[in-house]
Amino acid sequence: MALPEVKQTATDARLAALSLPTGGCLEGARRAALSRVQTLGLPGRRDEYWKYTQPDTLTQVEAPKAAVFDTDEAPMFDDFDRLKVVFVDGVFSPEESDDLSLDGVSIERIADICDKDIHWAKDLYGVLEARGQSPVARPLAALNTAFAQDGLAIHVTGTPSKPINMIYRHSDEGSDAILHHVIRVDSGAEATILENGPAASRFNKCMEIDIADTGKLHLVRAQGRDHERRAATHLFARLGSESEFKSFTLTVNGVLTRNEAVIELTGDDAVAHIAGACAGDGDFHHDDTVFVTHDAVNCESRQVFKKVLRNGATGVFQGKILVKEGAQKTDGYQISQSLLLDDDSQFLAKPELEIYADDVACSHGSTSGAIDEDALFYLRSRGVPAAEATDLLTLAFLAEAVDEIEDEEIASAIVTRLEGWLARRR
Amino acid sequence: MLEIKNLQVKLEEEEKQILKGVDLTVEAGKVHAIMGPNGSGKSTLSYVLSGKDGYEVTGGSATLDGEDLLDLEPEERAAAGMFLAFQYPVEIPGVGNMTFLRTAVNAQRKARGEEELSAADFLKEVRAKAKTLKIDAEMLKRPVNVGFSGGEKKRNEILQMAMLEPKMCILDETDSGLDVDAMKLVAEGVNALRDEGRGFLVITHYQRLLDHIKPDVVHIMANGRIVKTGGPELALEVENNGYADILAEVA
Repeated sequence: MALPEVKQTATDARLAALSLPTGGCLEGARRAALSRVQTLGLPGRRDEYWKYTQPDTLTQVEAPKAAVFDTDEAPMFDDFDRLKVVFVDGVFSPEESDDLSLDGVSIERIADICDKDIHWAKDLYGVLEARGQSPVARPLAALNTAFAQDGLAIHVTGTPSKPINMIYRHSDEGSDAILHHVIRVDSGAEATILENGPAASRFNKCMEIDIADTGKLHLVRAQGRDHERRAATHLFARLGSESEFKSFTLTVNGVLTRNEAVIELTGDDAVAHIAGACAGDGDFHHDDTVFVTHDAVNCESRQVFKKVLRNGATGVFQGKILVKEGAQKTDGYQISQSLLLDDDSQFLAKPELEIYADDVACSHGSTSGAIDEDALFYLRSRGVPAAEATDLLTLAFLAEAVDEIEDEEIASAIVTRLEGWLARRR
Repeated sequence: MLEIKNLQVKLEEEEKQILKGVDLTVEAGKVHAIMGPNGSGKSTLSYVLSGKDGYEVTGGSATLDGEDLLDLEPEERAAAGMFLAFQYPVEIPGVGNMTFLRTAVNAQRKARGEEELSAADFLKEVRAKAKTLKIDAEMLKRPVNVGFSGGEKKRNEILQMAMLEPKMCILDETDSGLDVDAMKLVAEGVNALRDEGRGFLVITHYQRLLDHIKPDVVHIMANGRIVKTGGPELALEVENNGYADILAEVA
């Protein structure tokens, strides 16, 4: 079927400005992804899943300029024992990165997948993204698979002694970065991946994660404070039996962020927790679009998303739990809540449940609210000044999402960031 | 200590006068009790004194050691030494009881220009005081009042009072929802805080709380005014005969 003219024109213009990396064993996957983009067309304002978020600046040819943000705050996770992998404007920087060798994991650049004949990565690149195009199209992810400039292939074979920290640095105010990571967690293996930093003026990132039976992966990312950056990220995860995937995302500032997560529970007794906390002030638009598919027995999924919005900031949540026929004993939970600190801010939520099995427990809830006046008065009556009391209640509101982080040290680093964000706005 | 003169208060949102000229003085070291039928304005008085929104003072004054309370924000009143033990303590999910206590103690110290309590000193103090109120470590860790029983909530109020060491304590129906044992425990906590420099205003419906917290003065409040003042025997009279006789007498 032909695309609507507006969409066709926009898609053609964007594709004409990009060049497909050729040669090597990923070329087939890239070409297939390109044809997906051509068939689907890039997102437009009239698409059902882009009703609340304007995709224009994510799809236009040139990345809108974003000033490089200057801060005296130490970068996140700086005091952690971790393996540093640095990308500057979306390009791997060996000088700034640590030596990539670490017991229990092998880390390569996607550019080296073919030369080094890394089978699992060849077999994963673009595969989960392609699966994730149905029933909801995600053309920006297909665009990513086709044109990604860089990225990592991370193979977790054991239990690395420290987290792998991808650090994204922004240095050019017109940078347009496309990164694609593929991650494979072997049976019985377990790792933590940290991501932080603003990456580029415009950032398109895709992560495909394949977790074998009994494997575990923890992902914690902090999308930085740069006010003008734009980002569209996709997370595709496939979980085997008794495996576990826990992801948490902190977003502060940024003019536009769209984080999509597409999770597929394909083995029995698997667990997936997807959580996010965001704090936005003024020109801030944050969109969490999540799709969890239960396709096995006795799996658990949780979606916990909390947003604090002020001065006209906008939050969006589109979350779905799909329970396929036969996925009995599914335990699905979804909560999305916003704390609106004034009348100008807004939260748009579309929770969805689609269930084809009869022995499941699924619950969902979505709320928008202001600071609880009774709680505020209670705190003030004990001597806590109004501004401090409001911050305390705001952090309390975000706590349910932050609590999804298992590692206490990481959770406390996240809370410190949120406290800083609130304190700067007193 | 606390001096209330001809205090008149209406609801902010509607033309409804609640307090119609309350006169009351609580001296340091004394325990005053206010009794009265439902709707007489007892709780309103406690809210207005602690600075809750929704009320408009249309006349009169309230001072604490000469300082005009009605001009201050709730947190400033707290720092000045005012404390209200809530009839319905508020649940605050996500804020740990310990964090809450430490934040409050240090905020007040800061407001008074005193040094903040070190984490170790604070911990030591809170543990000792919690123990006498039979508040265990688990309750201190839990979010403020969340999942607490009625008795636990009221004990938690008294713990806050003990930690904040206010000059003037108002107890708003602290006995409501408590069984006899819980009430004794709470009363013991309050009695332990009785001190020459501290005043208490105990609002209650029932004499039985006053068996445990013995008042020096008892006031009867009705229709927005203090209609009768006397000694502890006045509370017994209410217990035996209800309010009807007293109200008929003053009418």
